[in-house]
Amino acid sequence: MRRLVFSVVLTLWGGIAAAQDMMRMAVTTSFQNSGLAGVLLPAIEADLGLEVQLVVVGTGQALKLGEAGDVDAILVHSRRAEETFVAGGFGRHRREIMYNDFVLIGPSADGAAVAAVQTAADALRKIEATQETFVSRGDDSGTHKKELALWRAAALEPESFGDWYKAVGAGMGAALNTASGLDAYILSDRASWLNFGNKGTLALLFSGDPVLFNQYAYLPVSQERHSHVKAVLASKLEGWLTSPRAAALINGYAINGERLFTFNATP
Amino acid sequence: MTDEWAQMGDLWAGITEAFRLLVTLDRDLVEITLRSLQVTLTALVIGSAIALPLAALLAVRRFRFRRGVIAVLNALMGLPPVVVGLVVYVLLSRSGPFGVLGLLFTPTAMIIAQVIIIVPLIASIAHQSLRDLWSEYHDLLISMNVTQGQKMRTLLWDARRALLTASLAGFGRAIGEVGAIMIVGGNIDHATRVLTTAIALETGKGDFALALGLGIILIGLAITVNLAIHWLSRTEQEGRW
Repeated sequence: MRRLVFSVVLTLWGGIAAAQDMMRMAVTTSFQNSGLAGVLLPAIEADLGLEVQLVVVGTGQALKLGEAGDVDAILVHSRRAEETFVAGGFGRHRREIMYNDFVLIGPSADGAAVAAVQTAADALRKIEATQETFVSRGDDSGTHKKELALWRAAALEPESFGDWYKAVGAGMGAALNTASGLDAYILSDRASWLNFGNKGTLALLFSGDPVLFNQYAYLPVSQERHSHVKAVLASKLEGWLTSPRAAALINGYAINGERLFTFNATP
Repeated sequence: MTDEWAQMGDLWAGITEAFRLLVTLDRDLVEITLRSLQVTLTALVIGSAIALPLAALLAVRRFRFRRGVIAVLNALMGLPPVVVGLVVYVLLSRSGPFGVLGLLFTPTAMIIAQVIIIVPLIASIAHQSLRDLWSEYHDLLISMNVTQGQKMRTLLWDARRALLTASLAGFGRAIGEVGAIMIVGGNIDHATRVLTTAIALETGKGDFALALGLGIILIGLAITVNLAIHWLSRTEQEGRW
């Protein structure tokens, strides 16, 4: 009996293995949480015979992983940081793939009355004026950088905010959980919000201002600094991500009938 | 009132979800459960192979920094996993000293991190029981004029039940650990995702039912492994101590 147990265990041990082309790509939480990854990865595997392993982190950490050569490519959404990355010689180039948009989430009661305003800047000014609780990602992610840029565009400085502004230092999902618990306002990407399962009394209050558009770009990591980087596979993936097949899948992806991403790569 | 009911509902949904996953033998669940076991049991075997002889050595041998080493080991029982993860990440990163090995984001990296976390814990607990046994055996073994190695082997063998407890404590710490393996493993689907990182992921998605379901399975797994090890080593049987 004991021998049987051991042999079963040994058989199971070897059971987990993969034998095909493999590359690693660092992506933002929003890409994963939106569910789009679950649509694209199987298609990539079927079309290219390429297994793409996703390391899901914030944009800041994704760029850091790329700089260290720990991933072969990154797919993130923070233009200025991406351009610095390429200028620093860490990435071969920056290729725009698709965009989605950010939305302002808040308690259905909407104490700051942001649902009625016309621009994102006005919405943020209202939250600041009423001192309604606001949850910030605070993790140097693309969404966090966007949020900071939006505050500054509204001529406000988050550094000087009081207790109502809570930087939680967490991913999109964890931050949404916090906002849900506190009945607070929060900036989220639309995809993460639609897929989020713990909405509580939160609701989508404001969206549609063009400054809220969120461009995703693909950056293959440079082989010059890190010779082990799988540049050929990264190029293959780039070709696929900018192909009509990817366009159809990305544009066709919807949750509850709402389209999440818009393909805008130039072939 | 309604809020509390909603939370209770989550708990109940978690239990239902755990049941559903188990009954349908969900393929992803089987995969990540096996990987959890693979990583943690491997780390446990390696960790015990380092920690137990170390504990025996600290019990029988008198050397200058012995007290210091014991104190440090005790302190390291509370090693923060996230710091271990970060250090192992820096070491294994392609830009780090062991980058050429290409171990980052593999189960091997997760095993390394877990070994570092559990060795001080196993060694400290094991040393405690070996020290007590050593005070009993000391005169006898000295009078028999045996070598250092023989002393250590005798102690390890005769204290094996207590050492099992030490190892199982290590297993408990490793199987439930998430901070370190999240950083060095990357929580990659079909590569380095284990039960704890999957729970963190589902919590992030706000899918509390699935997260709780996985949590219940993780606890069940820890209990099963503990029982299995006790059974395989025939403790708690036939009036033996």
